[in-house]
Amino acid sequence: MYRSHILVCAGTNCHSGKSDKFIEYLDEKLLEHKLNEEVKVVKTGCFGLCAFGPVVVVYPEGIFYQMVDQAGIERIFAEHVLKGRIVDDLVYEESKKHGVIEPFEQTDFFRKQVRVALHNCGVIDPEDINEYIAVDGYQALAKVLTTMTPQQVIDEIKASGLRGRGGAGFPTGLKWSFAAAEPAGKKYICCNADEGDPGAFMDRSVLEGDPHVLIEAMAIAAYAVGADEGYKYVRAEYPLAVQRFQKALDDARAMGFLGENILGTGFSFDMHVKLGAGAFVCGEETALLTSIEGNRGEPRPRPPFPAVKGLFGKPTVLNNVETLANIPRIIMEGADWFAGMGTETSKGTKVFALGGNIVNVGLVEVPMGITLREIVEEIGGGIPSGKKFKAAQTGGPSGGCIPAKLLDTGIDYESLAQVGSMMGSGGLIVMDEDSCMVDIAKFYLDFTVDESCGKCAPCRIGTKQLLEILEKITQGQGVMEDLDTLKTLSTHIMENSLCALGQTAPNPVASTLEYFWDEYVEHVVNKKCPAGMCKDLLTYTILPDKCIGCTICARVCPVNAISGKVKEIHTIDEKCIKCGVCVDKCKFDAIIKV
Amino acid sequence: MENSKTKNPFQGTKEQENELMKLIEANKNEPGALMPLLQGAQDIYGYLPIEVQTMIAKGLDKPLEEVYGVVTFYSQFSLNPKGKYKVSVCLGTACYVKAAGEIFERLERLLGIKGGECTEDGLYSLDACRCVGACGLAPVVLVNEDVYGRIGPEDIDEIMAKYKE
Repeated sequence: MYRSHILVCAGTNCHSGKSDKFIEYLDEKLLEHKLNEEVKVVKTGCFGLCAFGPVVVVYPEGIFYQMVDQAGIERIFAEHVLKGRIVDDLVYEESKKHGVIEPFEQTDFFRKQVRVALHNCGVIDPEDINEYIAVDGYQALAKVLTTMTPQQVIDEIKASGLRGRGGAGFPTGLKWSFAAAEPAGKKYICCNADEGDPGAFMDRSVLEGDPHVLIEAMAIAAYAVGADEGYKYVRAEYPLAVQRFQKALDDARAMGFLGENILGTGFSFDMHVKLGAGAFVCGEETALLTSIEGNRGEPRPRPPFPAVKGLFGKPTVLNNVETLANIPRIIMEGADWFAGMGTETSKGTKVFALGGNIVNVGLVEVPMGITLREIVEEIGGGIPSGKKFKAAQTGGPSGGCIPAKLLDTGIDYESLAQVGSMMGSGGLIVMDEDSCMVDIAKFYLDFTVDESCGKCAPCRIGTKQLLEILEKITQGQGVMEDLDTLKTLSTHIMENSLCALGQTAPNPVASTLEYFWDEYVEHVVNKKCPAGMCKDLLTYTILPDKCIGCTICARVCPVNAISGKVKEIHTIDEKCIKCGVCVDKCKFDAIIKV
Repeated sequence: MENSKTKNPFQGTKEQENELMKLIEANKNEPGALMPLLQGAQDIYGYLPIEVQTMIAKGLDKPLEEVYGVVTFYSQFSLNPKGKYKVSVCLGTACYVKAAGEIFERLERLLGIKGGECTEDGLYSLDACRCVGACGLAPVVLVNEDVYGRIGPEDIDEIMAKYKE
């Protein structure tokens, strides 16, 4: 027994802040003070509060230290660990709100969350299989193999109401039943961990923070559909996740949770890891399977669905990381428990990666049905620097921008689709008044044009046309007719594209046109960008009453567009390339963009 | 991503070739061998010039166009060599709404190259990448393994000054 545990977050975000060095330091110091039998350092997965990383939590008190650096960890050790004195100034601000330091579970950020998929993230050491087993890990697999028939497993998942968390929301139990209904023989279970939405990191956090839950879930799925081989398709940009998952596989094999005759039940299942190579379209199931086969990841028409004819032509179930992370809990707690959370059509919880202009950037898991307002204003802590909320973007390049007037929309698959966005995989980017909606639409289209595989014309040519029109508008060359063309073209692309990439690619355009029409008109008619983002519509000027003639701007200008003598007011001419260097260097805030 | 033909001549060594041949031999009968092979080859050479692709095509007994098709499909594969200092700017949405686009332009001007290219002295290469997953640190710039987060365009000169020769 240890008297105290120090949890150090080792997710990518905190890892980038050198949290691995803290663990080394603490271990060394504990040994030096002969406290290594009393205090244990645990390297955990993501806590979720990435904006305040690196994060360190000390138990039993539950004190949450934020933005810890080397000096900070030294103080935490010297004060908190050795003397039991809390280092006040490093404590997460929110937990001090009520005059006393509260355990972090009671802060606004954590209070409204319900952790199912992220149950073990930030709690156990992801690299130690024993910690997973200690929190009832692999119990669900044992229960399934020893007490349930494959049909009972499928029925349980069906009854839970679990739907695919990759974005489309197809009922998971139904998907399994299709593959199970195929004649016995070679079948595959695949896991999509190729998180392609830029700005989303839910799957990565599960892979890094709780890799064994995925192995367990895939084995359960394999048992349910009669598969004996699995593939995990992981983004190559997630080296830490790949490395931890690989270790988890080795440990699971050594312990007999994978391989031949699992737990002596006669059931066999093993899996491989395949690295993706950066292609957004590989989030589409047929494209992903083609990519595992070693080809260009192009989608193919369905039917036949992968459940009938998938990987290497065999029946295949493909589930997303978050979907799978729910499975062992459903088996252990029962379908009713899971179905007790959420709304009529969407059960359970959803993980969101909160990002952009919001105070609590990080990872949250909330019950379905919670409103966007609760997520943004309460859990997310609102918009920093007193700026105004403008839009919330869900679903990444396939989703839409939701304006302030719809903030009371409840989160479920249907409601989000109704307001022109989608659930997506869970990226939730908050934008403040400084974001230009036309520019954001252009940003997403630039992404889709880049990532369109080129197989079908509506997507390949259509998205390119959308992008060109948006570029024209942001350059001040747009005419009102362009806005109509954008609308018609969007509809055509949605209706005629082969796969989900093309069918959803116009969403960012369509939703911004609907909710931010005035902003488009402002660009087209008045040639102005109200948010001040579109460079071609801006000019830089020097305020005569603030300029003291220090010449610094003229010296840093890369194109010599600024002239003026010492101690005289400077001016900017038409050579200006709007790079903004002068604004950064001016100490008197004398240069503004209008 | 930019994947134009490289200007830098191929300088592969015999050792690298032997290593590649061993890799091909070990993998060629695996199902779906091409992608892992290309990933391995990129680890050996740092990029995938046409010379390397030809060796892989021969080794797998596949047409070169098929190999080329896969290489140019995925953004992770590069036809251009990378610099001694690999600069990547995250242009995921979370970084983009925090002015990562401006940071990227600043770097293009400073290094005198476009995204996907490498400077002629081989010192710097610049890439825009899609989300490294460190959205809490947005905007993020990586120079090799070093992560710079929560920065602004005005910090670029100071950061790059650390990477000379």
